[in-house]
Amino acid sequence: MKKKFVSFMMAMVMVLSLAACGGKDSDAPAPENNDAPPATETNDSASGAAFKLGGTGPLTGGAAIYGNAAKNGAQIAVDEINAMGGIQFELKYEDDTHDAEKAVNAYNALKDWGMQLSLGSVTSKPCEATSVMNFEDRIFALTPSASSTGTIEGKDNMFQMCFMDPNQGSASAQYIADKGLGTKIAVIWMSDDPYSKGIRDTFTEKAAELGLEIVSDTTFATGNDTDFSVQLADAQKNGADLVFLPMYYQPASLILAQANAAGYAPKWFGVDGMDGILTMEGFDASLAEGVMLLTPFNADSTDEKTAAFVAEYQKRFNEIPNQFAADAYDCVYAYKQALEAAGATPDMSAEELCAAMIEQFTSMTFDGLTGESMTWDATGAVSKSPKGMVIENGAYVGLD
Amino acid sequence: MTFLNFLISGISLGSIYAIIALGYTMVYGIAKMLNFAHGDVIMVGAYICFYAVSRFSLPPVVGVILAMLVCTVLGIVVERLAYKPLRQAPSLAVLITAIGVSYFLQNSALLLWSSNPKVFPAFFTTESVDAAGKTVTKNGIQLFDGRLNISYVTIVTIVVCIIIMVGLTLFTAHTKMGKAMRACSEDKGAAQLMGINVNGTISMTFAIGSGLAAIAGVLLCSAYPTLVPTTGSMPGIKAFTAAVFGGIGSIPGALLGGLMLGVIEIFAKAYISTQLSDAVVFAVLIVVLLVKPAGLLGKQVREKV
Repeated sequence: MKKKFVSFMMAMVMVLSLAACGGKDSDAPAPENNDAPPATETNDSASGAAFKLGGTGPLTGGAAIYGNAAKNGAQIAVDEINAMGGIQFELKYEDDTHDAEKAVNAYNALKDWGMQLSLGSVTSKPCEATSVMNFEDRIFALTPSASSTGTIEGKDNMFQMCFMDPNQGSASAQYIADKGLGTKIAVIWMSDDPYSKGIRDTFTEKAAELGLEIVSDTTFATGNDTDFSVQLADAQKNGADLVFLPMYYQPASLILAQANAAGYAPKWFGVDGMDGILTMEGFDASLAEGVMLLTPFNADSTDEKTAAFVAEYQKRFNEIPNQFAADAYDCVYAYKQALEAAGATPDMSAEELCAAMIEQFTSMTFDGLTGESMTWDATGAVSKSPKGMVIENGAYVGLD
Repeated sequence: MTFLNFLISGISLGSIYAIIALGYTMVYGIAKMLNFAHGDVIMVGAYICFYAVSRFSLPPVVGVILAMLVCTVLGIVVERLAYKPLRQAPSLAVLITAIGVSYFLQNSALLLWSSNPKVFPAFFTTESVDAAGKTVTKNGIQLFDGRLNISYVTIVTIVVCIIIMVGLTLFTAHTKMGKAMRACSEDKGAAQLMGINVNGTISMTFAIGSGLAAIAGVLLCSAYPTLVPTTGSMPGIKAFTAAVFGGIGSIPGALLGGLMLGVIEIFAKAYISTQLSDAVVFAVLIVVLLVKPAGLLGKQVREKV
């Protein structure tokens, strides 16, 4: 009896855990019960004549919102391009649960599948691990959103579609100084997150250069990210008129709520990780009123391409796309442009493609949803201008 | 005044740890096992309450009761399926199973409710109309011209903590079921010989522990309103630390440990460094355990050979 119980248990756990990592099969629906057309089936007919494009990202786990957004965005681009004829892509995303070790396993699975071009990883920590493999295997990678310096440092075939963290930090400081948004600044950042630390470091450096005074500099870390009373009290005590929040929107939403409860109302300035705060279910948008942020993508933009993408994304996945989806969408189109310019064909090896892509990406100019006339330098960092946004009446409005 | 404000923040954080720690300590005290899935039962409770209130517009009280019911059933089912077959197995095997259950619950929640964070509705607010005729929503009591703010959640949490603590102490000391629980905790074999239904008693323990978890979940998310499938895991671990700090198995110890952990954490942040706060908290824990290995209020049990 006991044995039966145990084996029943085991069977159940195994079945469910398989279901739990459903993201592994690209044809399993993502957690947000989307009814997207299965990824592989639509493209199987084209295999052989298609470029094999692979990427890893957190499709499950705490950061799944980013991985799924990137996967969905890339899928829309691939379907659109395949429908046009000409260059064909076959897209495959593997789950890395925002874990460096799992990302390497996922990368190896993609390599076995025959990946020719890579989308790297969606988040920074795993991408720092997979980028090393990309470099060693000479598989070219263009990551939509892994923004840390370590992602591209010392790897000639790693490119980014998003801003590098340091650039975001200095761009934010420049923006605040140019617009005269504040002179006494408090920074609250996440000390165990390379994304947050990277932005904070260059922000502080640039701020000093521009004569902005940092009056309060406080941190939090994983597991310590619920109570911000001390950080806010410190900012308030030191008379900060602007609080800079280089972090993702989840802790930011708590900071805004707790500041409101304590009756503290400085100006708030966020970075691209703040994008998504308005789509949190149940979030009181009035808390985010007046929050400013620099982001390359605005889903409310009236730009024709953006509007079409947002409409398609909403139709398929029932959500407003965030910046990660737009970055991934741009990645696929950037590949298309580079492959066409290089006259590449799907029968080329990954190594040949890698050399061709490095040449193209360092010389081409690309217009996408997340920026006009983007260029890349030899380090792999992108150059595009961020857009200043402010939240007004629960929606993003351009600042310029 | 800042000192008082920090003290209140510390108590409010600590009261949340305390209420979670009560569940940990209760299950440990009786079943002698660390239920690492406790934090995730909390998360399930919070989600049930969230959906009941936000999606089906039920009154908060109904939401809490519903969450308690679901968690109680979940606790019993988990105990039956995962822990009962391992009753004779070494405690390490049970511990690993509990970690497995924890991941299982997290990933199931991810599939069911997706990873998109939800913002928990505010239950503990009062509305009043100010001089200008504008509706003002308050979430706490302001003292000294608003320089001191004690939120209602903190007050409710502490009151609930004390009620639960007294209730549990009376329950284990004076009722028949409580007596059976204490007997099981001392010696399962002997308890069975005395005619106590050991399996039933342990199931009951899990039922109570999980019901408490639901309350803790609602209070945790009322205080810190972001809800994701991993919401329960870190506070769960901190609360476990609090339970060890206060003396695991001791019900008043959980309350004391939780409050102290919260206050130390906030003071370390405020007066030492925001970066070092966790290091300070755990350094204090180590020192306490060096001096009192059973925790602040724990009983030193001598192993009989």
